[in-house]
Amino acid sequence: MKLLEARGLSRHFGGLRAVDGVDFELVPGEIHALIGPNGAGKTTLVSLLSGRLTPDSGQILLAGEDITKLPAHRRVRRGIAYTFQITSVFTELSVLDNVALAVQGGGARIGLFGDRLADTVAAALTRVGLIGHRADLAGALSYGHQRILEVAMGLALNPRLLILDEPTQGLAAGEITGFKTLLRGLVPEMTILLIEHNMDVVMELADRITVLQAGRVLARGTPVEVGANPAVQKAYLGA
Amino acid sequence: MGLGPMLLLALMEGLVLAAVLALAASGLSLVFGVMRVVNVAHGAFFMLGAVAAYVVAAWLGGPRWAGFLAALAMAPLAVALLAMLADILILRRIAHAPEATIVATIGLMYMIEQGTLTLFGPDARAVAAPFDFRLQLPWFGYSGYKLFVVLAAVVLLLALWWLMARSKAGLVMRATQLDPDVARAFGINVDRVYSGVFAFGAALAAIAGVLIVPIQQAHYLMGASTLLLSFIVVIIGGLGSLPGTLLAALVIGLSDGIISMFWSPTLAKIIATLLVTLVLVFRPQGLFGASRA
Amino acid sequence: MSGARIWTLHLALLAALFAMQWVLSPYHATNLARIMVLALFASGYNLAFGYTGLLSLGHALYLAAGMYAGSLPAWHFGLSGGWVLLLGTAGGTAMAALTGLFALRTRGVAFMIVTLMFAQTGHLALLYFRRWTGGDEGFTLPAASRVILGADLSQTGARYMLAFLLFAAGMLLTLALVRSRLGRVMRALRENEERCRMLGYNPFVGKLAVLSLSGAYAGAAGASYALLFGYAGGSFATIQYSILPLLYTLTGGAGTVAGPLFGTGAIFYLSDLAADLTSAWAFVVGLALVVVILFAPQGLLGMVRTRFWRSLP
Repeated sequence: MKLLEARGLSRHFGGLRAVDGVDFELVPGEIHALIGPNGAGKTTLVSLLSGRLTPDSGQILLAGEDITKLPAHRRVRRGIAYTFQITSVFTELSVLDNVALAVQGGGARIGLFGDRLADTVAAALTRVGLIGHRADLAGALSYGHQRILEVAMGLALNPRLLILDEPTQGLAAGEITGFKTLLRGLVPEMTILLIEHNMDVVMELADRITVLQAGRVLARGTPVEVGANPAVQKAYLGA
Repeated sequence: MGLGPMLLLALMEGLVLAAVLALAASGLSLVFGVMRVVNVAHGAFFMLGAVAAYVVAAWLGGPRWAGFLAALAMAPLAVALLAMLADILILRRIAHAPEATIVATIGLMYMIEQGTLTLFGPDARAVAAPFDFRLQLPWFGYSGYKLFVVLAAVVLLLALWWLMARSKAGLVMRATQLDPDVARAFGINVDRVYSGVFAFGAALAAIAGVLIVPIQQAHYLMGASTLLLSFIVVIIGGLGSLPGTLLAALVIGLSDGIISMFWSPTLAKIIATLLVTLVLVFRPQGLFGASRA
Repeated sequence: MSGARIWTLHLALLAALFAMQWVLSPYHATNLARIMVLALFASGYNLAFGYTGLLSLGHALYLAAGMYAGSLPAWHFGLSGGWVLLLGTAGGTAMAALTGLFALRTRGVAFMIVTLMFAQTGHLALLYFRRWTGGDEGFTLPAASRVILGADLSQTGARYMLAFLLFAAGMLLTLALVRSRLGRVMRALRENEERCRMLGYNPFVGKLAVLSLSGAYAGAAGASYALLFGYAGGSFATIQYSILPLLYTLTGGAGTVAGPLFGTGAIFYLSDLAADLTSAWAFVVGLALVVVILFAPQGLLGMVRTRFWRSLP
């Protein structure tokens, strides 16, 4: 059964058709990469899936349930987590507070007291290797660590689908390696949708790739298939 | 007086209000448009224009039209100077941050109002109109000066439009509004533009104050209702949009004139405020503002 | 700073405040009672503005709603002080929730203007219905209403106790709240609302909850002010009482628990001093606003927090 299915999604801004009749699907437990040149509509598509934007037309199904009209914060509770392209951690709160917010948000009801929260937060931080920084202000972390914190928050939401928007941008080579290891460990319990420009990461990690161009799907398939596709080579990979 | 003439009178009164409001609100809209800040002291500048007109007329003596003309020339200048000082000493230091500017201009408003109270006392001061012409209509006589106010406002607003659309100064202001960083890269001294715009906005408010003072009397608290109405006009018209401001001023002025004539002014204000709030909530970009959806 | 230490610190502050009633002359004790009620008002404002980033210019509406929701029934029907307080708190909460439903659909400058306009409408309505509300002149509360649990609130001692108890309750509630999960959400909303949404929170509901609570504090403050000083009037619905909590909060330290108390006290005594020198009280308020925002935007406790105690709530 498919985890996510989108049919005929469209969204335009004024005269610009950012996403134009896109069909899209995700299989549970896969790492799926979304690639395409700048302005192809990747972030718009992902915003439609996560609920940040409403589509002009089309339908979105999550595990068979129609979530097209569901507001973003409810989709989070249904299991879709989105991490931002531009790092959006809460710089004035501690690392611990940042992750705690995610744990609280992902289904746990807001109560005034509780220790299970503390344990869950600690577990999430340990998993990404940030446990030593838990008392630091998020704003004081290095850029690479902030990116990782962003991912940690996504994980702490306990999602079925984790959407990562250009997660390795600005990371050093060593950090990217660690990141790849982290992602590999997350599937197949989780499904990952990845917007990426770093082709090494894409080719190594992705089970399937979708290529977008000018708001439309240009190609879809395994990394090998997509890499061999002449249209893709012409438009994007610069063969 | 029959219903028809009463309606006509209400519309004419509303037109005068709309004219003065359009001038005052343009200043507010300009400041928000270019500097992206809300000047809560705007009503205080309006009041200062009226008070300064009283001072100039009383000090100069001589024929009324001379005093009035002098006031029209000098009051806006003095208020503009004060505004420029406020921008340099206070607003620039807080880097025109939106929230901080609101707080600072609230403080400025209180200081200006209280200063005026201390110097001039709590009584309203009258200033005689520069001329006594009365337009005699079949149903009632109407003050020629009020008609002059409408005319003056139209002329000034046309001049403002020309300034913004056709002059170099206007070009500089619009460039700064679009993108201050890019403007800086083109050699525009953004700080100075901001001070200039802030002063100019204050001058517009002051001119409106000078024009209204023969009709309304100068009083240290008179800025409050103008401030609120200017806010209303600018929000409904769309923050930063001059055509929208003008249209909204017309609508607000005329409806206020009509409602005040036939119902209680207090009730009129209640209804107006609630309606405006609802507009703001459901159509935040106003009539002409750029939609942010 | 550990949780136990934080609580001890704040409880010690309250203990000192409690003890002051025996140290001060009746005149100053009454002043302090007034300050505590106003600080309760400011504490509520602080929750909305200091912690959640909602710059409201319409809190006078909630203060007046509390004052009149409690006092009007007392004036017309003769109710006891307990009811005045209860009805007042409910009135403030309800008014904040109702206006919040509309106002919170806007942000930033628009929110400021909408709240300002709602407050303006409230004041105008008070004037328009002056037959029932007493208009700007207001009315005095019947002596029988100024009694709670047998204590006569026109007496300095009882007056102080009520003001203290209400303020202490408000401050302790604030402390518990800001250290709780909801407190975390409030601060996150202030910083990045969109991120909160993508973490599963409904920002509108969160902000509405905070604003309503803020209204509860304001309503309690309004009702107790009427109880303590025996008078309800339209001036409490004017913009002045929307500006004052902003000034108190900023001066004391927005986003700190004890800040509103210090801010209110500082401005109160500053105005008192200024009133001796000049009749231009509002000038002092205006100058204070400009000075604070220019040179000490973090406020008194905010500066303490930055320099010495990073974890001061």
